[in-house]
Amino acid sequence: MAIAEQHTSSEAAQTSSDKSWHGIVLQTLKRNEISLVPYVPDRVLTPLIKNLHADPFFTTFATAREEEAVGIVSGAWMGGRRAAVLMQTSGFATLANVLASLAVPYQIPLIMFVSERGTLGEFNYGQSLVCRTMRPVLDSLALEHHTITRLDELEFIADRSIKQAVTTQAPVALILNPLLTGGKVFDK
Amino acid sequence: MSSNMNTRNTKVMNRLDVTSRLIAKLKHEEAVIGGIGNTNFDLWAAGHRPQNFYMLGSMGLAFPIALGVALAQPDRRVFALEGDGSLLMQLGALSTIAALKPKNLIMIVMDNGIYQITGAQPTPAANVADIVAIATGSGLANSAWAADEEDFERLVEEAMSASEPSLIAVRIDDKPGVGATRRDPVQIRERFMHGLGVREPL
Repeated sequence: MAIAEQHTSSEAAQTSSDKSWHGIVLQTLKRNEISLVPYVPDRVLTPLIKNLHADPFFTTFATAREEEAVGIVSGAWMGGRRAAVLMQTSGFATLANVLASLAVPYQIPLIMFVSERGTLGEFNYGQSLVCRTMRPVLDSLALEHHTITRLDELEFIADRSIKQAVTTQAPVALILNPLLTGGKVFDK
Repeated sequence: MSSNMNTRNTKVMNRLDVTSRLIAKLKHEEAVIGGIGNTNFDLWAAGHRPQNFYMLGSMGLAFPIALGVALAQPDRRVFALEGDGSLLMQLGALSTIAALKPKNLIMIVMDNGIYQITGAQPTPAANVADIVAIATGSGLANSAWAADEEDFERLVEEAMSASEPSLIAVRIDDKPGVGATRRDPVQIRERFMHGLGVREPL
């Protein structure tokens, strides 16, 4: 009985690991044949980035700037390979020009995962300010975006949004809220 | 490195002439990404091909876009034409490319030291920085100045059989681009995808 319980609890832990937010994102990328994932790192994204590197299905690497990553995934799309970009809120704030001059007018299904900083416990005033620029920029270009706060909605939103981006040839931003990821808290 | 001396000894060439020489060498449906402004105007003027992609904005992203194409189609050679001012906006991309080492990517920098299209103002790098030294220092060992047109053609030939990414820098004059790219981004992208065999026309 004790062994059975132990077994069950071990299975539950495994399942719980697969059903982590980053596990769901990784599986959703894979299911949608998104194999190229350039990123500019973020503390919250660390487990996702680590697991992408560990999985040979993915080609994943850091870029020096977020717009560079957008250029790369745009080229990859035109060459027939699906890709997505990972970044932090402050990185998104560097993208207005490339969204308005490349992704939107050329109809590139740019898939962006943005780890949201600047809200729900932010400790850096600059981060909280830059966060406020993100949704107005997205809205000004009428870009599809979703703020994901719940683990049970993550797979549905991410999977459907990726498929919509590809079929409508339009960018999408999936904003990973601290309610989903735990966010980054003052720890030093 | 003796790149400074090489720079001074380098012949000042013409963008359209050099671009035309490159295009004449392409026999295997190689992709060509033309950077913003004069760079893609002269790519257009050299004669449209279905494997050409013309940028109408996003200054500095010719190399990253070309990297994406190169990663998507490793069996196709991918050229990127970029101006020196554009490259200065995205120097980090050189290290990204050096780290990934796509052997099918060839970068060409048209260096006139000025923002020709906005009124010929000198770039901050003009007279102080060396594009090839920057590229080499970024990890792109296979980088060189073209001494003259024949040397440029020789470097292109070498790059097409290289086992690592190549960067060729060309000193050019201050002439504006000759052509006027049709500013139709959706059609440019769609034709490019047809040219790369990713899609069939409707």
